[in-house]
Amino acid sequence: MADAKVIPFDDDRARRRSAPRGGRSGGDGTVPLPAQGHGDSPGPGTPRGPRAAQAPHGVQDGDGAPRRGEDPGDPGPAPGGGSGGLERRLAKGLAFLRRRVTGEYEVDDFGYDAELTDEVLMALLRPLYEKYFRVEVKGIENIPAEGGALIVANHSGTLPLDALMMQVAVHDTHPADRHLRLLAADLVFQLPVVNEIARKLGHTLACAEDAAELLARGELVGVMPEGFKGIGKPFGERYKLQRFGRGGFVSTALRARAPIVPCSVIGAEETYPMIGNARTLARLLGLPYFPVTPTFPWLGPLGALPLPTKWTIQFGEPIPTDGYAPEAADDPMLMFNLTDQVREEIQHTLYKLLVRRRSIFF
Amino acid sequence: MTGAARRLGSLYVRRMLREPDVERVVAVDAVTPEHDLGEAVFVRADIRQPAIGRVLAEHRADTVVHLDVTGTALAGGNRSSVKETNVIGTMQLLGACQKSPALRRLVVKSSTTVYGSAPRDPAVFRETTAPKALPSGGFAKDAVEVEGYVRGFARRRPDVAVCVLRFANILGPGVETPLASYFRLPVLPTVLGYDPRLQFVHEDDVTDVLLRASREPEPGTLNNGTFNIAGDGVLTLSQCARRVGRPTAPVLLPAVTLTGSLMRTLGLSDFSPEQIRLLTHGRVVDTRQMREVLGFHPRHSTAETFADFASATGPGLLPPDLLAAAVGRLTEAVTGHGVTGDGLTGDGVAGGGPPGEGATGDAGPWEPGPGGGPVGRGPGGGRRSTSTQATR
Repeated sequence: MADAKVIPFDDDRARRRSAPRGGRSGGDGTVPLPAQGHGDSPGPGTPRGPRAAQAPHGVQDGDGAPRRGEDPGDPGPAPGGGSGGLERRLAKGLAFLRRRVTGEYEVDDFGYDAELTDEVLMALLRPLYEKYFRVEVKGIENIPAEGGALIVANHSGTLPLDALMMQVAVHDTHPADRHLRLLAADLVFQLPVVNEIARKLGHTLACAEDAAELLARGELVGVMPEGFKGIGKPFGERYKLQRFGRGGFVSTALRARAPIVPCSVIGAEETYPMIGNARTLARLLGLPYFPVTPTFPWLGPLGALPLPTKWTIQFGEPIPTDGYAPEAADDPMLMFNLTDQVREEIQHTLYKLLVRRRSIFF
Repeated sequence: MTGAARRLGSLYVRRMLREPDVERVVAVDAVTPEHDLGEAVFVRADIRQPAIGRVLAEHRADTVVHLDVTGTALAGGNRSSVKETNVIGTMQLLGACQKSPALRRLVVKSSTTVYGSAPRDPAVFRETTAPKALPSGGFAKDAVEVEGYVRGFARRRPDVAVCVLRFANILGPGVETPLASYFRLPVLPTVLGYDPRLQFVHEDDVTDVLLRASREPEPGTLNNGTFNIAGDGVLTLSQCARRVGRPTAPVLLPAVTLTGSLMRTLGLSDFSPEQIRLLTHGRVVDTRQMREVLGFHPRHSTAETFADFASATGPGLLPPDLLAAAVGRLTEAVTGHGVTGDGLTGDGVAGGGPPGEGATGDAGPWEPGPGGGPVGRGPGGGRRSTSTQATR
C-alpha cells in the first residue's frame, strides 16, 4: 500500500507547494486553476522544471502586459508552450493513478515494478542525481544495447547511494532504455521499508542463483563485489579497492556467457567521510558498521546529509566471457585472474579519473 | 486416493471419473465427505492405521494419489491430529504401497512451503534450491518430512514412478485455505514495510496437473520427479489487496507475531507463523520444470487465478471498479477542466497559446470578475465558468 500513498502524497505536496505560490502572486482566479492541474499530475519532479521555465516566456510573448502585472510568476501560462502536452500528461498521469489504485500493473518474478520505478522512484532520485551530485556519465556506450551483461563497480560512501546513482545513470543515459538490476546485500532485504523499495526498484539478493537467473533473462545486472568492505571502509582508504570476494561474479558471468563491464564511480567516497566506526554500537544494532563522520551522529539527522560532491561514473570497455569453455567457470585460477583483471581495470580508471578531477565539489 | 473429504479431493475424483480409461476410483478418508464423489468407491479408513494396506490390496490399486497432506484440520481436528495425518499417515501409506506389487505410480501433494520464506533466500526457488532456513514447524515442516519419506520410498521401489507436486498457494472461487480466508477479511493486516510477492495456482489447474501426474506421461514428457506448480507471474500483496478491494492496515512485525500467537492460543484463528512469514517475505518458485519436463501449462496465471477468486469473494470496502470510476470522473473533470483551464489561462495571458486566441474576446468580461478567485479553485468551478461562457 505504501506506493499507493506515494502518489496522493506527492499530489498533496504539489498542491501545497503551488498554493502559497498562488497566494504570493495575489491569488487571483487564474492562478490556482492551472496549479491544480499541476497538482493532479503525479511525479511532478521533472515536468515541473521545464514548464516553469517556459512560463515567463509565455507571458512575455503574450500581449497582455497589464495582466502580466496582475499575476507575476503565475505558473498558469505554462501551457502556452503546448496545451495539448499538458493535457496528455494529465491524462497519462491519471491513467497511471488509475492503474495504481486498482492494482492493474505488472511486477516481475523479482518484484520489479517497472512502472513505479520509471514514473515515481526515478523521479525522486533524479534531483539527487542531476542537481545534488551532478553526475557525469562516461562510456555509457560500453553497455551493450541488448542481452545480459554484468556491470561490476567499486562500492563506497557509507550508504549505497553510488548503486542508486548508477541505476539512474543507466536508466537516463543509455540509448536503448536499459534498466540496471542491482544485486544487494541481505541486510537490505531484512530491513522493513528498504526491502520493499529495493524489490520495486528491481534489486535482488546478491546470490549466484538470482544473478544467473537475471542474466539468463537478458537483463543488465549490477554488482559491487566489495560489499560492506568497500562501502564501510574508513575515509583514509578512499579509492583503494578492497578484496573482490571470491570472484563469484566472474563465474556467474562466465556461465551466462555475459560480458563484464567494469565501472568506476568517483565522488561517492567523499559524501560521508567515515572517520570512525562505532563497532560496539554496530554489533548492538546488528549492522556491519556504524559510521562516524565529522557530522554524524553529532548533528543528528542533519549530519546524515551527504556532502554535495561532484560525481563521475565511467563505464569501461566490456570484457567478453564467451571465449571460454563452459567448464572454465569451475577453474579457480582463471576465476582469480579474471577477477584481478576486472579489479585492476576499475582501480586504474579510478586513479585516472582522480588525477583529472579538478576538485571534490566541482 | 487419499484426502477424499477435502474439496480438492472431491474435485479430483470427479475429474478422474470423467476419464474413459479409468476403471475405478477408490476414495479414502477418515471422515465421510460432504462433497459429492460421484461414482467413486468411498472407503472410510484412517491412513494412520495399517488398515490402509488392506484397502490397497483389496482394490489392487495401480496408482496412489496422496492428497491428505494439508495444513488445516477438518472440523473438529486440531494441529496435532493434522500433523499425525500428514506424517504418520504418509508413513503408513508408503509402507502399504511398498507391500503392494500392483502399484505403478505414486503422486504426492506437497507445497512450496518446503522452501520456507526468508530474506536471505534467492528471489526465485527452483526444485533444487536448498532453503537457507528450514521450516521450523507447522505444515511446512510436515511437508518437508513427507517429502523425505517419499524420497526414501522412491529409492526402495525404483519400479514405481513417484511424482511430488509442490503447489503454490491454491486459490479459486470456493477454496477454503487460511490465505483465502485472509483475503476475505474486510481489512487486511499487513506487515509494515514489507510487500511480499505471492504466487497462486488455480484449483482447476491443480486437478489438471494431478490428472497428468497420475496417468501415463504423454510422449516427450516425464511425470516422475519433483515439480513446482504455480501460475505464471507474480502479484505483490499490495496489488492483491487493491484487486480484491480491501484496504490494508500495516502493522509492525513484532506486533503481528505477537497477535498471531495470542490468537492461536485463544483459538480464534489458526494463522500460523509460516503464514506470517509468507506474508512478510513472500515466495516465488520457478516453474520451468513443470513446463518443460512435466509438459503442463496452467490455464490460469497468478493474476487470473486471483481475479477469479476476487470476483467470487465480492467487492470489499474499496472496490477497484469504484476507484477506477472515481479516477475516471477525476480524469473527466480535469481534462474537461483542463480544456476550459487552458482557455481561461489563455485568456489570462491573452493569447499566450493558439487555442487561447479565439477565447480572448470572452476574456474581457471574464477576467475582472471578482468571483474569479474562488470559482476557479475547484473542478466544479471550472465547469461553472464554462457554462457562464457558454451563456454569454
